[in-house]
Amino acid sequence: MPDERATFLVRGVVQGVGFRPFVHRLAHELGLAGSVRNTSVQVVVDAQGPPGALRELGRRLRDDAPALAAVIDVEAVPAVVDPALRGFAILGSDDEAGARTLAPPDSATCPDCLRELFDPADRRHRHAFITCTGCGPRLTIIRDLPYDRPRTTLAHLPMCARCAGEYDDPLDRRFHAQPISCHDCGPRLWWAVVRGGRPARVRASDDECLRRAVRSLRAGGIVAVKGVGGFHLACSALDGHAVRALRARKGREAKPLAVMVRDLDTARALTHVSDAEAAQLTRPARPIVLLRRRDDAAWPVAAEVAPGTGELGVMLAYAPVHHLLFADGAPPVLVMTSANLSGEPICYRDEDALTHLAGVADALLGHDRPIAVPCDDSVVRVVDGAVMPLRRSRGFAPLPVALGVGPAGATTPVVLAVGGELKATACLLVGDRALLSQHLGDMQSLAGQDALAFAARHLARLADARPEAWACDLHPDYHSTRWAQRRHGDLPVVRVQHHHAHAAALLAEHGRLGDDALVLTFDGTGYGSDGGVWGGEALLLGADVGRFARVGHLRAVALPGGDAAVAEPWRVALAHLAQAGVAWTRDLAPVRAAGSRALLLRQVLGSGVGAARSTSMGRLFDAVASLLDVCQDQRYEAQAAIELEQAALAAARGRPARACPVTLPVTATGVALMGAAVTGVAEDHADRDPVVIDPAPALAAIVAALRRGAPAEVIAWAFHSWVADCAVTWAEAIRARTGTATVGLSGGVFSNALLVAATRDALAARGFEVLTHAVVPAGDGGLALGQAVVAAARLAP
Amino acid sequence: LGHGGGGVLSAELIEQVILPAFGGAPAGGLRDSALVDVPAALADGGRLAFSTDSYVVAPLFFPGGSIGDLAVHGTINDLAMSGALPLMLSCGLILEEGLEIDTLARVARDMGRAAHAAGVPIGTGDTKVVGQGHADGLYVNTAGIGVVPAGVEIGPARARPGDVVIVSGPIGEHGVAILSQREGLEFGTTLRTDSASLHRMVAGLLSAGIDVRVLRDPTRGGLAASLTEIAADSRVGVVLDEAAVPVPDAVAAACGFLGLDPLHVANEGKLVAVVAPDDADPALAVMGADPAGRGAAVVGSITDAHPGLLVGRTRLGARRVIDRPLGEQLPRIC
Ligand SMILES: [Fe+3]
Ligand SMILES: [Mg+2]
Ligand SMILES: [Zn+2]
Ligand SMILES: [Zn+2]
Repeated sequence: MPDERATFLVRGVVQGVGFRPFVHRLAHELGLAGSVRNTSVQVVVDAQGPPGALRELGRRLRDDAPALAAVIDVEAVPAVVDPALRGFAILGSDDEAGARTLAPPDSATCPDCLRELFDPADRRHRHAFITCTGCGPRLTIIRDLPYDRPRTTLAHLPMCARCAGEYDDPLDRRFHAQPISCHDCGPRLWWAVVRGGRPARVRASDDECLRRAVRSLRAGGIVAVKGVGGFHLACSALDGHAVRALRARKGREAKPLAVMVRDLDTARALTHVSDAEAAQLTRPARPIVLLRRRDDAAWPVAAEVAPGTGELGVMLAYAPVHHLLFADGAPPVLVMTSANLSGEPICYRDEDALTHLAGVADALLGHDRPIAVPCDDSVVRVVDGAVMPLRRSRGFAPLPVALGVGPAGATTPVVLAVGGELKATACLLVGDRALLSQHLGDMQSLAGQDALAFAARHLARLADARPEAWACDLHPDYHSTRWAQRRHGDLPVVRVQHHHAHAAALLAEHGRLGDDALVLTFDGTGYGSDGGVWGGEALLLGADVGRFARVGHLRAVALPGGDAAVAEPWRVALAHLAQAGVAWTRDLAPVRAAGSRALLLRQVLGSGVGAARSTSMGRLFDAVASLLDVCQDQRYEAQAAIELEQAALAAARGRPARACPVTLPVTATGVALMGAAVTGVAEDHADRDPVVIDPAPALAAIVAALRRGAPAEVIAWAFHSWVADCAVTWAEAIRARTGTATVGLSGGVFSNALLVAATRDALAARGFEVLTHAVVPAGDGGLALGQAVVAAARLAP
Repeated sequence: LGHGGGGVLSAELIEQVILPAFGGAPAGGLRDSALVDVPAALADGGRLAFSTDSYVVAPLFFPGGSIGDLAVHGTINDLAMSGALPLMLSCGLILEEGLEIDTLARVARDMGRAAHAAGVPIGTGDTKVVGQGHADGLYVNTAGIGVVPAGVEIGPARARPGDVVIVSGPIGEHGVAILSQREGLEFGTTLRTDSASLHRMVAGLLSAGIDVRVLRDPTRGGLAASLTEIAADSRVGVVLDEAAVPVPDAVAAACGFLGLDPLHVANEGKLVAVVAPDDADPALAVMGADPAGRGAAVVGSITDAHPGLLVGRTRLGARRVIDRPLGEQLPRIC
């Protein structure tokens, strides 16, 4: 067959990831002639050869792309054959108009670089900044695009001749690796000791810095370690004393701390690691993975690291400096927690670290490669083999979420969404791509708001797009809402109901925007379209993503003290008991926890002051956790729900799922009514004959079970099943009305792995298609994505 | 109180209940308007200050005070916040049919007593009776005039970076006292309103030569509302050192229980002063000498960072943006 020729246009994260050398190798292997070049918007491959080989090239450009690439689109355009064409060339870059190629996320040190790091014969032996096109920092060093060294934080460090040679050699592993450096030309480590609350930098070689850090960690010290996206606070996880000191100094009482280990084997020695979990641990993003601890762990991790849970958040070393610390004898399990003040974004500037961390750390191990974009570690868990993101940050941001609708650059306006109140992220929607920022922290904090402003600017620069509209939450007092209202200038601001945004985010990540779906949004609290406090909702979405119908919810109950009640689950439990008509007797744990405060709580419930009524599912978890005396005093977000899940897991282990001696009744009203679907909804939202589930009978049954002497673990398990049964009740009722057989699960309550699995199984068993989060968090970290797509839908002509 | 709107009855009320409480009819008898001598300070380049406020608080009586002294202190303080020395008040009463005469008498007595103690006469007034259900027992309006001496420039837009923010005493007592009385909440300790007139304290600051830039009485919306307004009006940042804000334990406990931020709770007898950097100590000394200024403290400063924002520095050193809630504080934790 005669030769053919084609031009392949490859878009996505295709620059700064070794894409051109990959194409070069591929062309040689397939016997193709032609060239590959970068433009500012894509990689252009010109190839000529046998038709079969060309087809193979098109396939492998997508399927076999380098680990750090994310190919979104490969377009093949036929071209005129040139019989004289010989060889395959890597050409330079040129400018082209259009949507830019995407910035790559940060990646863990690759096996090739690791080998060199520990090879005494290699010229980068023990170079703490070793990197290649296949690994290393990306987003966190990029000040602007196109991604070239002068626009990174290494701009101030000129490459030496040998590094420049590698950089310019198309066949070198470091061809156009922007951050490359070596001992001769690269950044340096620095070491500072804190004495009397003041940090003092000590002149020392890189090796000496590492030696001192290891010595301090082994002696129980707390060392602030500058990594990829900011500073960690590190200490030995085997040293309860050190961990207690860290908690006291950081003001973090109880929230589990993540640990870092050198490799997968060490992780396996501490925790049970499934294949799917191993894949998450070792992926280039190196997220923190929540893993079940082994009873026979090889090292005794101090109880203070993760109290109240059988899980441990584990990540593998991902920067050269981590590998060097472990190799030089650091304790095998290190607590590695973001260096920040509670609720503030991670500390990432040297000057800030030296001033703010002096009261927390005994010493600082830093380096002089500035961080342009602060980035916390990502957190995931694996449920039945599927990844479930809890925090999407380093290693993922700013990878776009492809929405799978509409042509690229379609008529939808560019929307900047500012997210929620806590654990916020921002999102820039450009055409069919949504760029989601790294984790930005709590918007109440000034630093969080600064991080939001910075992320908004940075996303716009990365996408080379200017927002045409803003989106924010409907809650008038969210700090992000206020921020948007202060800053939007002339641009329209679309306010999106909290759970509508959760639901839309879920559909967006599945490429299912516009499909009919019932989304169950189980959450803490969110501001409702009717001014109420929502959180246990069944929302129906349809062709118009900008609207929804509320077709179900929990029966509302008073939330005495509002946010203050979150800290004290017994308050919510007492409110639920009061509504269920269960007397507050001393045999009940929340009554005992309330003590003399019960009288005042009764007065508050009577007056209704500061006790807005809420349909929150998250608070119902709190109430049950209190009733079972699992948690009365919540010292970090979702502690009660997490501990309730742990209790239920204890009962579930080794027990067939449905063989539970306790069953709780699902009591629903409105099932028989026939409300319309979203079609015909004139406003942004409408209540459509909602199916209301009253938790009171279930709570009364829990009290009865407790009085029969049923163990708390069993009741915790039964409660999870009850929530799954509620989901089924809602799903069945709405399917009967509308025929909708797709059910989505979103909202922070679905960070609960046991609940996700139980609900999905129960729904799937009845023939529902179930959508759960795999790309963005079910909690508020995914909110901005939903806000953006809803706003775009409302603004679309 | 029976008949609505009647002329005879109103006249009797005024003569028998209100006037005695206010200290008797003015010299020269009741006229259609009160006459005020022009004070010397006015001729000397001073300016007249004129303010009015209506009081619809429920309940009418609460620990430490009533709607009566609130109405007197409130308007005196509004005058004082522009640096004025109050000269005279007016009093308008809207009474609901069925109100006990005794209740009215108590309120009138409280007004008279507060005005007397403040040294500011109630010189004119009016009474109307409306049908049952048209008022919550009784409403009071007071207006007042005062004189701002020449050279005194106190205004919400005058705060400058480096200035110091002082609060005249513990915050939150008034709001929590009213709330707990109204809603029947027993917090164990009884909080009393801090209602007091502050014009003497302000006069003291001015006569001590202190460069007072801004004065606010942190009534509705609390300290946070006053400070966010200063930040907005002066286009500066306000930094609040949260550990330095005097919050009585009982207020902190009650607010903690109700999920309220004491910074948003109303006060009546407190003021916030922004003074020049060097004037903090003398200002504290003047305030401390006044019974209403016990517990005065420096709580923050003015900065050119984050203009328009009030930022609280928490005990742990984190900095949080404090916005004024738009309505009821609804849960934000998701
Ligand atoms: Fe949420
Ligand atoms: Mg007033
Ligand atoms: Zn590498
Ligand atoms: Zn070099």
